Amino acid sequence: MAKTHVKMTVNGKEIEALVEPRTLLIHFIREELELTGPHIGCETSHCGACTLDIDGKSVKSCTMFAVQANGADIRTIEGMAEADGTLHPLQDAFREMHGLQCGFCTPGMITRAYRLLQENPNPSDEEIRMGISGNLCRCTGYQNIVAAIRLAAERMNGTQNWEAAE
Amino acid sequence: MIPGSFDYHRPKTVDEAVALLGQYGEEARAIAGGHSLIPMMKLRLAAPEHLIDLGKIEALRGISRDGDTIVIGATTTQAELIASPVIASNLPILIETAMLIADPQIRYVGTVGGNVANGDPGNDMPALMQCLGADYVLKGASGERSVAARDFYEAAYFTALEDGELLTSIRIPLPPAGCGWAYEKLKRKVGDYATAAAAVMLKLHGGACSFASIALTNVGDTPLLAAEAAEALVGSSLDKSAIDAAVAAAEAITNPASDGRGPAEYRTRMAGVMLRRAIARAKNRAA
Ligand SMILES: Cc1cc2nc3c(=O)[nH]c(=O)nc-3n(C[C@H](O)[C@H](O)[C@H](O)COP(=O)(O)OP(=O)(O)OC[C@H]3O[C@@H](n4cnc5c(N)ncnc54)[C@H](O)[C@@H]3O)c2cc1C
Ligand code: FES
Ligand code: FES
Repeated sequence: MAKTHVKMTVNGKEIEALVEPRTLLIHFIREELELTGPHIGCETSHCGACTLDIDGKSVKSCTMFAVQANGADIRTIEGMAEADGTLHPLQDAFREMHGLQCGFCTPGMITRAYRLLQENPNPSDEEIRMGISGNLCRCTGYQNIVAAIRLAAERMNGTQNWEAAE
Repeated sequence: MIPGSFDYHRPKTVDEAVALLGQYGEEARAIAGGHSLIPMMKLRLAAPEHLIDLGKIEALRGISRDGDTIVIGATTTQAELIASPVIASNLPILIETAMLIADPQIRYVGTVGGNVANGDPGNDMPALMQCLGADYVLKGASGERSVAARDFYEAAYFTALEDGELLTSIRIPLPPAGCGWAYEKLKRKVGDYATAAAAVMLKLHGGACSFASIALTNVGDTPLLAAEAAEALVGSSLDKSAIDAAVAAAEAITNPASDGRGPAEYRTRMAGVMLRRAIARAKNRAA
């Protein structure tokens, strides 16, 4: 079957490639682009470990073909920190609040939480829980993940207010 | 979990998509959000040789009002539906239902058209479309036709959609003013299909029910329009005996499978429970 040309932006970098149409996006990201932050937990659209931020949406990339991402702007967990290595407030908060144990779910959790806070900068705990309901964690019991997202939201709002005040 | 090989097509217009679907016939499948089709392709329950991606066809997207009809483009996502002010003010039951589908990630990409065209009795939108009396607009090489949601579903994964046809939009007549509404769904966890679910629209006039429509999800091979159950409510004051009669009539038409969600008898009873709850909430919301 003919390979298809795709072009996309991943973590701010332009990517061009020829892909077999049946290649799942998560496999393309991990194996071709060697971005192994996003994980494969279930491969059946349930766990959310493979979540990427695609054109402003959280998407389970095990349930999308790479060809469907042609023209897309994608961010993975590798694109969360700043270029100088400064961690994103979510990454800091997950570390401080013990929002991870084995860490397998963490890239998907943070990528999903990133979009949640873009859409709803000041979510209630209930809204956080509903917002991450497509991401499974088998270690933490979620409590500290919710606390980490809440802390990151507070800090990000603080920054925004400070910027607005200037 | 690797799908079979296929050729990928990315049409930009409805006509191009219809031409491709016509050219490849039963070897071709449309792909919208892909969140039903790709899981089936991974399991090799579907192995299309040609995938026609609807994602770049702008004309298939969007929500509008055409007189007394709400028109939803086939590739409008569940998330777009949930965020739509037109839907919030005219058909809030669509939002209540969409919020009970899968999880946030899946709602960002799963489309309303894919949900109704899929033919899986577990999908939530088909019963709702039957309850609302929606029509599906289908376009093929020989032109356009409209099929009522109530006539569309033949058996699990068998629908009135012919090879070579595309669903372009869903047309929903505005419900009578002052209608109460509710969609009640029993599921084991977020992201689960219904053990049983019920959609209810009803209207009160001087204390009596003057209009009712009821449909059920995932308790048969197809979504089920519960016409007799609705008739049992009309003319009543929605008193206990009328509701009991409606629940009995609804339970009588179910034929669920026994599966991980429970034995058939249990699922039938849960359809009754969901209906009872939906009637109570719809009644409270009726003007
Ligand atoms: C973990 C998980 C949980 C889920 N839970 C639920 C749930 O609780 N309730 C629920 O209702 N759904 C659920 N879904 C299904 C989800 O809502 C799907 O997105 C939806 O069923 C199909 O929409 P789609 O756009 O993804 O369609 P696709 O997967 O792209 O297509 C589905 C089928 O419809 C056909 N099709 C699509 N669009 C058209 C068109 N315009 N014209 C003609 N044919 C078309 C395709 O050829 C295919 O056969 C779940 C999915 C997952 C992965
Ligand atoms: S690997 Fe994609 S949802 Fe689990
Ligand atoms: S930290 Fe182990 S799965 Fe979440």
